[in-house]
Amino acid sequence: MNLLQYWRERTVYGRLAGKGILGMNCRNIRYISRYNPRTLYPLVDDKLKTKTLALEHGVNVPDLIGVIDNQHDVRKIAKMTDGIPGFCIKPAKGSGGKGILVIDRVVDGVYYKTNGQPISLQDIQRHISNILAGLFSLGGKTDFALVESLIKVDDAFRQFTHEGVPDLRVIVFRGFPVMSMMRLSCASSKGKANLHQGAVGVGISMDTGGAVRAVQSGRPVTHHPDTKQPLSELVVPQWIGMLELACACYDMTGLGYLGVDLVLDKNRGPLLLELNARPGLSIQVANNAGLLPRLRRIESIKKPEKFPIVERVAYSRTHFAAQSDL
Amino acid sequence: MSKSVSSTRVPLYVLVLGLIGAGLFLTFYRHYTFDVPWLPDAKRQIWSIEAKVEFEALGQPVKLSLAVPDNQPGFERVSEHTASPGYGLAFVDEGVKRRAEWSIREAKGRQTLYYQVDMLFDEDSFNVTEGVPPVIETVTYAGPEQTAVTQLLQRARARSADAFTMTRELIAEFNNETQLAQLLVQQKSRERRLVEMLNLAGIPARVVQTLFLEDGRRRQTLVSYLQVFSGDQYALFDPQTGQQGQMENQLLWEQNSSSLLDLVGGRDSAVTFSIISQEVPASRIYQEKVAHLKNAMDFSIHSLPLEEQAMFKGILLIPVGVLVVVIMRILVGIRTSGTFMPVLIALAFIQTSLITGLVGFFLIVGVGLMIRSYLSRHNLLLVARISAVIISVIVIIAAFSVLAYGLGLAEGLKVTFFPMIILSWTIERMSILWEEEGAKEVFIQGGGSLLVAVLAYLVMINPIVRHLMFNFIGLQFVFMALVLMCGNYTGYRLSELRRFKHLVQER
Ligand SMILES: Nc1ncnc2c1ncn2[C@@H]1O[C@H](COP(=O)(O)OP(=O)(O)O)[C@@H](O)[C@H]1O
Ligand SMILES: [Mg+2]
Repeated sequence: MNLLQYWRERTVYGRLAGKGILGMNCRNIRYISRYNPRTLYPLVDDKLKTKTLALEHGVNVPDLIGVIDNQHDVRKIAKMTDGIPGFCIKPAKGSGGKGILVIDRVVDGVYYKTNGQPISLQDIQRHISNILAGLFSLGGKTDFALVESLIKVDDAFRQFTHEGVPDLRVIVFRGFPVMSMMRLSCASSKGKANLHQGAVGVGISMDTGGAVRAVQSGRPVTHHPDTKQPLSELVVPQWIGMLELACACYDMTGLGYLGVDLVLDKNRGPLLLELNARPGLSIQVANNAGLLPRLRRIESIKKPEKFPIVERVAYSRTHFAAQSDL
Repeated sequence: MSKSVSSTRVPLYVLVLGLIGAGLFLTFYRHYTFDVPWLPDAKRQIWSIEAKVEFEALGQPVKLSLAVPDNQPGFERVSEHTASPGYGLAFVDEGVKRRAEWSIREAKGRQTLYYQVDMLFDEDSFNVTEGVPPVIETVTYAGPEQTAVTQLLQRARARSADAFTMTRELIAEFNNETQLAQLLVQQKSRERRLVEMLNLAGIPARVVQTLFLEDGRRRQTLVSYLQVFSGDQYALFDPQTGQQGQMENQLLWEQNSSSLLDLVGGRDSAVTFSIISQEVPASRIYQEKVAHLKNAMDFSIHSLPLEEQAMFKGILLIPVGVLVVVIMRILVGIRTSGTFMPVLIALAFIQTSLITGLVGFFLIVGVGLMIRSYLSRHNLLLVARISAVIISVIVIIAAFSVLAYGLGLAEGLKVTFFPMIILSWTIERMSILWEEEGAKEVFIQGGGSLLVAVLAYLVMINPIVRHLMFNFIGLQFVFMALVLMCGNYTGYRLSELRRFKHLVQER
């Protein structure tokens, strides 16, 4: 047994490398800086630009109710949302769930957040002011607020979420979907579907859309912590449609290494929620699989742009299938 | 789609190698050419010798020439200066003779001139005893002198094998045959006679004036020794005892058989020597030497005025701090709030000292966070809020300074060294982090920043690091290369090994 073999089999470093786990440095150098031209970043870092682009390319997105881009218009929020039962206010340049305010219902001029907590119009206006001042944007740059219609959770996910809307993250590499996971909000994540805030991440097999494995705060789980629903029963409906939507996002942005966040709306079907040019690495933990072998496989394809979306989806479904651990 | 960003890394490696090569070349060049030592505590001994020339001027033009020492095995001249108000001064190199020449149009009364030289003791070259032998001068004797000389030489030769043993035996004869010796030293000094006799035997020799260096000695005088050559090797002999060899504290002040002092236009001259020894960091010797090496290729900060040097001492350390941050972020994976905030904090720690700095940091950031949380209740715009925090930080710093001064804690005054704008942003970031992600994330990032800052501080305060960075500009290139190499590291971070560990340790 030589040293190299020892390193590969006995050290954490070597075994991670053997499993093809993608690290932060490698992601930044080999994939993001190589496949994501800087000039394209604004398309995804600004949610309004993403939305406009999506509409141009026929990609479905949650309806935009309005945009508030200056302090003077903050008062208009009441009129803007007049008669709309639920909406969501978010900073255009926010990330990681920061500054997202979801209003579930409005009863007699009182607004209610998803967790049932009432909130006054004044609070909402202050929240918008904070968004405009850049409190939630990177580097504190001034920002504007998007007002979106509420996404209604599809029945298939009802039992798998607590308060928030679950979303599907798909990593799309050079137009091919390579790995995916569902993020389920729960009580400990305060209704937010962001993993580092305590949401449950569920690895999804690329062929069927069925769950393979689930983790919460880095630890494996088998049931949703609040609804107690066995996660093995989770299957993403309209799976092929979801993957095709994800591929279309690559075609419209040109970003080679892309994280696509999709939601399934009860009425409108798969919608694009947001795009990410620096998608995180936790998806590997949720899937208990490394990204590197899949990325290398796609890298070896000579002319990926020759494949139409349907073929790309088919390719990924045959090559990136996984057995369920649940 | 776009593979525009260069996929080949060869140019980068070439650049890195080039930088390392250039950096090391400059570093070694400085070490070998300028004698800059690798370590700061390499102290070396310098003898500072002051020759004081006193005489009575006669109210005429005065010309005075003093023999001054030159580089020699064991001693290297690092600097020399004179104090001689009103006198013109020139150093003359007549072949191998070095002399300081003073002149003045008119002088009257008691005159005192000073010549000071710093000689660096160099153990390595001390045992090198090479020199150019003087020409043999043959003197002819007559009468009883000739008999005495012939007799002494014959006996000495019979009992010796070479030039050096011959000298030893000759001096021994001189001491034994007191009557013959008496006869010979009537007209000339004992040393002169010995040289003449050695010359007669075909051995080049001369009288040298040596100075015994003793720390704190004043009014020391020169002692005559014999320098005897065998080929180009020489040995020193004490003309009284015949003892061979040079003492480690014995400097050859004049070694060209010329006079110590020539004076025109004065009388009653005397030269006395005062000596002190100093243990000096080698870097300082270098500083003094640099004045004499102006034309040589010099990449040193030491060529700048002292004030600028002091400033660069801090600036040249920043790359070290930056490298620490780069390593901690890229190789270890510690999260810090603000990319290079830790370096700035570390620089502040250097000014304040670590404990004072840490206490100050916690006080300022703690109170700042309290004020910030109060401000956040007032629903202010971001710019206004940041500005308010900056003003509060300034007030806090002022308050602490006054308080510390009042309590007699001079240390407390050092809080003013903290970069206020940076602290304000730190406070703002941390309070947002607190609201958004909770206290845990604040402690992770705040603690990470502080940990990196303390590490950077510890490295930057290290005397060896400071010495190397200040003296070897070439290292900046090496640091550049290291940073580029880190920027090219695609392996796992230490923190990722922990984060992903359970993925490979199941079952
Ligand atoms: N229109 C909406 N209706 C309901 N919930 C929403 C809506 N938009 C976002 N959310 C919730 O907020 C979370 C974060 O939204 P997202 O647009 O991904 O912003 P971020 O970039 O901060 O992650 C989503 O996972 C979802 O749970
Ligand atoms: Mg998101």
